Amino acid sequence: MSELTLTATTENIAAVTAFVDEELEKLDCSMKAQMQIDVAIDELFSNIAFYAYENGGDATVRFDYADGVVTLTFIDSGKPYDPTKKDDPDTTLSAEERQIGGLGIFLVKKTMDSLDYRYEDGKNVLTIKKTI
Amino acid sequence: MTINKQLNGTALTVALEGRLDTTTSPQLEDELKSSLPGLTKLTFDFSKLEYISSAGLRVLLGAHKTMLKQGEMTVTNVNEIVKEVFEVTGFSDILNIE
Repeated sequence: MSELTLTATTENIAAVTAFVDEELEKLDCSMKAQMQIDVAIDELFSNIAFYAYENGGDATVRFDYADGVVTLTFIDSGKPYDPTKKDDPDTTLSAEERQIGGLGIFLVKKTMDSLDYRYEDGKNVLTIKKTI
Repeated sequence: MTINKQLNGTALTVALEGRLDTTTSPQLEDELKSSLPGLTKLTFDFSKLEYISSAGLRVLLGAHKTMLKQGEMTVTNVNEIVKEVFEVTGFSDILNIE
């Protein structure tokens, strides 16, 4: 297990991505799975950066690997928010009717094996798993 | 991300290199804001685009809506990752992808 704690800002998404990519490269992860994971990081970490804190705060990203499955855990101490409860967007609407809200989480759900949320000790704990 | 633009009359080709995500999408949005007025044809060349996240989709949708009123927009050379994002989100039904 390894983890990285840093200020939850969109500027730090690149640092999180670099941290995770370095771990994935040690595991000989396929380029496709790596890119899908990178997109998931962008969606989840940006959500924390935009919505978790009123006046800024930290987020921790934890990397685990076992039996071919990568587990990424995103932890923040911001306001409780369960993105898995959000309704899936209607992906059949025309361009004019389209809403972008919710599309990122939906994309994560579709490209990762799982997306799970729990609120624990005053923290949002969001976990994604991906077979690589 | 690097943005390369090539204007031919009222036809613009925008080639993106790198990642179109939360951090880089505002850069593309700014470029398009100044470039779109008067265009009749907008082509995105994604041959060097690694991936796109929902932040990038938002910018593409905005450009698509603008171009619906004044011409056409096409997205070309999408890789497997970008294609999957378009398909999962239903964007493959909205955008003209070649």
